Amino acid sequence: MVAATGVRPRAGRSARFAFALLTAPMLIGLGVFKYVAIGWSFLLSLSDARGTIAPSHWVGLDNYRVLLSDRAFRDSLLQILLFTAFIVPVTFAAALGLALLVHRIRRGRAALRTAFLVPAAVSYVAASLLWKMSLFNGLPAGIANTVTGWFGADPVPWLQTTSPPLYWIVLVTLRLWLQVGFYMVLFLAGLQGIPKELHEAAALDGATGLRLLRGITLPMLRNTSVAVLMLLFISAFQAFDEFYNLFNSGLSGTGSAPVQTPLGYLYNTAMGSQDYGLGSAGAFVLTAFIVGVTLIQGRFTGFGRKEG
Amino acid sequence: MSTVRGLSRALRLSGRGLLVGLLTTVFLTPFYLLLRGSLMDARGLTSPHWTWWPSTAHFENFTALFDDPALSMGRALANSALIAVITAPLSTLLASAAGYAFARIPVRGRGILLALVVGTLMIPGSVTFVPTFVVVGSMGGVNTLWGIIAPGLFNPFAVLLFRNFYLRFPAEIEEAGRIDGLGWFGLYRRIALPNSGAMLASLGALAFIDSWNSFLWPLVIGQDPSAWTAQIALSTFLTSQTINLPGLFAGAVVTIVPLVVMFLVAQRYIVEGIATSGLKG
Repeated sequence: MVAATGVRPRAGRSARFAFALLTAPMLIGLGVFKYVAIGWSFLLSLSDARGTIAPSHWVGLDNYRVLLSDRAFRDSLLQILLFTAFIVPVTFAAALGLALLVHRIRRGRAALRTAFLVPAAVSYVAASLLWKMSLFNGLPAGIANTVTGWFGADPVPWLQTTSPPLYWIVLVTLRLWLQVGFYMVLFLAGLQGIPKELHEAAALDGATGLRLLRGITLPMLRNTSVAVLMLLFISAFQAFDEFYNLFNSGLSGTGSAPVQTPLGYLYNTAMGSQDYGLGSAGAFVLTAFIVGVTLIQGRFTGFGRKEG
Repeated sequence: MSTVRGLSRALRLSGRGLLVGLLTTVFLTPFYLLLRGSLMDARGLTSPHWTWWPSTAHFENFTALFDDPALSMGRALANSALIAVITAPLSTLLASAAGYAFARIPVRGRGILLALVVGTLMIPGSVTFVPTFVVVGSMGGVNTLWGIIAPGLFNPFAVLLFRNFYLRFPAEIEEAGRIDGLGWFGLYRRIALPNSGAMLASLGALAFIDSWNSFLWPLVIGQDPSAWTAQIALSTFLTSQTINLPGLFAGAVVTIVPLVVMFLVAQRYIVEGIATSGLKG
């Protein structure tokens, strides 16, 4: 486990003392905020804990039954699957495309990378504001309406239009803008790891363009691709910020949100209705859901397999 | 023949240049819209006629943010700055110390403890806000800054990254310190830690960004305006019934600019950190 070291003093009391000193803050912190929290919450999920965080009134699996029979919760799970099905492939393809583009540019590559990466420093709250009030507002002079106007379309209120669900465009483009630069950097790092000779040899054999991409570049990016997919899935399932800020009231808000994510449902249950029993049960169901989907996805992409 | 090939090459290059130019414009447009919005008045912002830039810049949008006591934007920014300034170095240091111990110090039970740390990675961070609220609430952390800070100090992912880093750390460097009589703790503090600059910088910068931009947890735990962070203040502003549009844009500028500046300064480390570890949140 320890990499080659000549430094191998006796594992005596001083070693145990130093180990304890260095790891104790982390172990205690994780113990309290993860293990105690989850254990306590598990007890709460089996209790009627409305307005209290003391697990006293035992109700067995009632909370889980209520939760799973609640249409709003099931809908929220469905919505997040749908959202994930949109955002993951779109971001993946865009990040890979940008990386290939930036990688081939010689002059000004750093500046270009910065231009795509700097949105990663912006919060979802601020981006929601921009998307809601500037880019996709319902005004004829709004950017989105101006652009569609060039093609003869009438101005539309993007966020409030639910059929067809135009609000999806707002959600997907927002997250794409914020995230794509980050994943582009991962792909850029992967591209730099591909030996130049491989491409040169393939080029000598007459491979160009798409064939080069399919035959060499993509297979060589396999590990990066799997990591990117995994990160994209996990971050999509945890979506909350932009849904909350785009749809909660406000000038061009809709009053009741057309979509709610599972975290939004949990937020309303635990913070709004102060039902910590139901909220805890929701946290466990959502965790099981995420772990399950991640494992299924892992089977398909081979994550966790020995990398050769 | 060669002119044809040269021409097609030139076309391809200019096509790529065009695409790059277009994409860059698209990516930077929101920043321009943000600045434009923050300097316009409400009438200009809701006008059906597009103007590229206000004829007079309304800097009072910014002063109004800090003059209005009900808004507490100044307080919220100070809270956010304090939270990020505490969280970033402390969480990075804690992870580095634990990572070093797990990589280097051979003690019994180390594998089990490491498994306990890694086990917490299985559960996505924001999903645990209900359990975390229960614990922090029971300790009286609601509406306090420590309640916002504490759960974010313990980052198991960073522990793993530091462990990998110290596993590859050349033993010869430590040898000299060992000969000088340093114990394990001394080796960490005097030799390993000072030689982890790039790791500390990259993970610290990412922790700073995450802390500054985090939304769900501060929303859950800091309900009182005295404990609002900049993101919460901005969001409250955004989701309220009556919206002061120019103030909203100005508010967004003051929450974004400090971070973008820090980001540009630390970009080299951040890119290095992202590229080597592929991490976030």
